[in-house]
Amino acid sequence: MKLPELTITEAHRLLAAKEISAVELTRAVLERIDALDDRIGAYILAAGEDALAQAANADAMIAAEGCRPLTGIPLGIKDLICTRGLVTSCGSRILKNFVPPYDATVIGRLKQAGAVICGKTNMDEFAMGSSTENSGFQLTRNPWDTDCIPGGSSGGSAAAVAADLCLGALGSDTGGSIRQPASHCSVVGLKPTYGRVSRYGLVAFASSLDQIGPLGKSVSDCALMLQAIAGHDAADSTSVPVEVPDYAAVLGRELKGLRVGIPGEYAGTEGLNAEVLSSVNAAVKVLIDLGAETVDISLPHTRYAVAVYYVIAPSEASSNLARYDGVKYGLRRDEGDGLIPMYRRTRSAGFGPEVQRRIIIGTYCLSAGYYDAYYGKASQVRTLIVEDFKKAFEACDVIACPVAPTPAFRIGEKVDDPLTMYLSDIFTLSANLAGIPGISVPCGFSSAGLPIGLQLLGNHFDEAGLLRVAHQFEQATDHHKKRPPL
Amino acid sequence: MKITRADVTYVAQLARIDLSDEAIEMFAGQIGDILDYVDLLKQVPTEGVAPTSHAISLTNAFREDVVSGPSDPDTSLANAPEREAGYFIVPKVIG
Repeated sequence: MKLPELTITEAHRLLAAKEISAVELTRAVLERIDALDDRIGAYILAAGEDALAQAANADAMIAAEGCRPLTGIPLGIKDLICTRGLVTSCGSRILKNFVPPYDATVIGRLKQAGAVICGKTNMDEFAMGSSTENSGFQLTRNPWDTDCIPGGSSGGSAAAVAADLCLGALGSDTGGSIRQPASHCSVVGLKPTYGRVSRYGLVAFASSLDQIGPLGKSVSDCALMLQAIAGHDAADSTSVPVEVPDYAAVLGRELKGLRVGIPGEYAGTEGLNAEVLSSVNAAVKVLIDLGAETVDISLPHTRYAVAVYYVIAPSEASSNLARYDGVKYGLRRDEGDGLIPMYRRTRSAGFGPEVQRRIIIGTYCLSAGYYDAYYGKASQVRTLIVEDFKKAFEACDVIACPVAPTPAFRIGEKVDDPLTMYLSDIFTLSANLAGIPGISVPCGFSSAGLPIGLQLLGNHFDEAGLLRVAHQFEQATDHHKKRPPL
Repeated sequence: MKITRADVTYVAQLARIDLSDEAIEMFAGQIGDILDYVDLLKQVPTEGVAPTSHAISLTNAFREDVVSGPSDPDTSLANAPEREAGYFIVPKVIG
């Protein structure tokens, strides 16, 4: 077995038994990145020597105090998360040379756990996109079909995990950006409840929607990563002081009596690919075989979710991205003709078209005369979406649905039509609006060999429940054992 | 919602972004389509519905007012596009 193909759980066993060293494992992963990443483009920055130094520290940690679940494990980090001393570009030319002077809280926690940061992964610029085509630097290709997108915005992280270019990764999810690329790349991706994981050091896109979460080769690997990063953080006033349970402990509990909600509105979604629907239906049957029962539920405001999201997210983004002005960090384009021209020139040169488009939409929606009609109205409909889920969870424990209407589309297929791209987020963005957790777990492949994911949504702070259902499903199927043809 | 070139130019001015003529043209069309789509929200009755700006309601998330973290100028100025001694150099703002 090639070392990079190990899961976190398997690698941990070998490290703890001293059958392999952390340095060996990291070196093997770095060599694989050297050999394959030209074809995939998952990494903006591979950490090289720095990663080997971290691995040596991990070996010392293992010798001194024993091996904890993530000690010595090479992880990829979405380039939206601040890593001290390592360039953090957010996929944008405006931050091309930005070196954070601090670690994000999640990075601090991973380092304390002895994990090895093996590189920063590619993404849609400032997390705005569903295909990673909006990166200011490079394309990332889907390891299952390199003519296809890996999904986005955490496409680099998903592709890296799928191609065994790391053993696990962190991504971020504002409208589906962990779950959708996980689905397109046949890996597991979890968006925690809003406030479950600290956003300190996560470069903000939409502050009321953003969450950091794990992508991994198995559900139990994701449980281990979530365990390390979850929990209240005094540095993030939106992080919630709710106790973190032992996620691994309940994975094995059987599903007898589990009520799985099936939203009536989803099956008829325009553009829902027939193979996606049948894969998800087959997955639900597996859950039934495992002892669950299905319950028909209604999420009546589903048809408004995309509209609500594409007012709120750009509005919040327009505010969050105002800080990129060339003054204290990042790109500056100054031609000596004053401050405002410097701002304008810097931002036009530094931001790509999707980012500019969203800033303009957001600025418009928040401007005097339009605020109530757009942002105010969308915020009210958001309340109705929150209430839809509250009501649904009175009748069920988890909700099952597709992740994306189609499998991964071809590179370049949707770049010219932003609205079509936005509509493909229909199944994922409600969870961000309501703050509830969601997980994508592999449930099949299209006839063209492209991955399809099953999405499970849970009530606030029920990551343990989601992980348990996803784990039981995974263990009853073999989709997670397949590898891309590389 | 028809978005004119003047609308885009005005909003770009607010957002401090320079746009080329082609960009203005393209954005006017695309953003017009998106705002047309968003008009769907007008159909939803929201009389008396409170807006949600934060999905998990927390109140008074305070911490003690205690200084922590690095505060040396070299750290803060490390990414400065232009610096001199302990200062960020910026374009002239006054006068």
